[in-house]
Amino acid sequence: MNNTLRSVLAVSVIALVTALLRFLPFVLFRGKKETPAVITRLGQVLPYAVICMLVVFCLKDVSFSVWPHGLPELISCAMVTALHFWKHNTLLSIIAGTVCYMILIQSVFI
Amino acid sequence: MKTNRLFLKAFRTTLPVMAGYFVLGTGFGMVLASKGYGLLWALAMSVFIYAGSMQFVAVNLLTGGTSLLTVAVTTLLVNARHLFYGISMVDRYRNTGRKKPYLIFALTDETYSLLSTDRSPLNPEEQSFFYFCVSLLNQCYWITGSVLGSLLGNIVPFDTRGIDFSLTALFLTIAVDQWRSGKHHLFSVLGLVISLACLLIFGPENFLIPSMAVILAAVFPARRWEAGKDE
Repeated sequence: MNNTLRSVLAVSVIALVTALLRFLPFVLFRGKKETPAVITRLGQVLPYAVICMLVVFCLKDVSFSVWPHGLPELISCAMVTALHFWKHNTLLSIIAGTVCYMILIQSVFI
Repeated sequence: MKTNRLFLKAFRTTLPVMAGYFVLGTGFGMVLASKGYGLLWALAMSVFIYAGSMQFVAVNLLTGGTSLLTVAVTTLLVNARHLFYGISMVDRYRNTGRKKPYLIFALTDETYSLLSTDRSPLNPEEQSFFYFCVSLLNQCYWITGSVLGSLLGNIVPFDTRGIDFSLTALFLTIAVDQWRSGKHHLFSVLGLVISLACLLIFGPENFLIPSMAVILAAVFPARRWEAGKDE
């Protein structure tokens, strides 16, 4: 029981802090008719930097110093990038890249 | 555009996320179930927290006997990137009316990646309905996945190792789309180089916050440089 209560509290704290982080910018820049120019500018360019940061975030645990030296990730990422530049089809790029990666880590680089 | 056509458009937009969320959600439900937290926990966490990577971290926080203060600080560190998303969506979500609180609550990495660069030619009302559908559909996928994983437990029909690469692939395709749009290449490069450098310096557990700080510091001079080049 005690343990359940502790878990409920922990889940609530996580939910609250996450919501706080999500709402904070909107609360800070609410009300005013015009968004400050700085924020508008950030809104235009931040997504470009942030998406690249997310790609790195996804690959952060890849170890290049030990076998297979990040090869499955490098190959699959190169494939997604090349395929997407070529065909511009998001679903195709994602499915092909994921299947490629699964085969590589399950059957090739064991 | 009619409501059902807008919904269909939203559905098509979210297809890449659907695959990833079903899989990761299922993974989350399974891990949670294996620690003795069943269906209701998976459901509650996916409905009220709704933050993919944080929910995986949360599993360890629940089982490890961690203090609530540590739980709060960990959440703050893992999810600080959401401040970034908020800052860049303030304008976009400005006139979304009653849907705004939900849109803000449901702004995950994936929803952000789909909506932050959306350029559909819609009027404001259609646009907020479209944003709402995309956000809600994504959360439905995530909830469905985690419930499924919780029920399945550890019975997996096939070897799923590596299937989570689909989200990496999603972000990559968006980065390529942004690059092909021909605008702001400098910022894509900055984001990539800065995060890689911070990863090397601070390591995988701590690199996100320094990355964001450096990106934020670099954006303004970079923006001036870019503007100067255009003149």
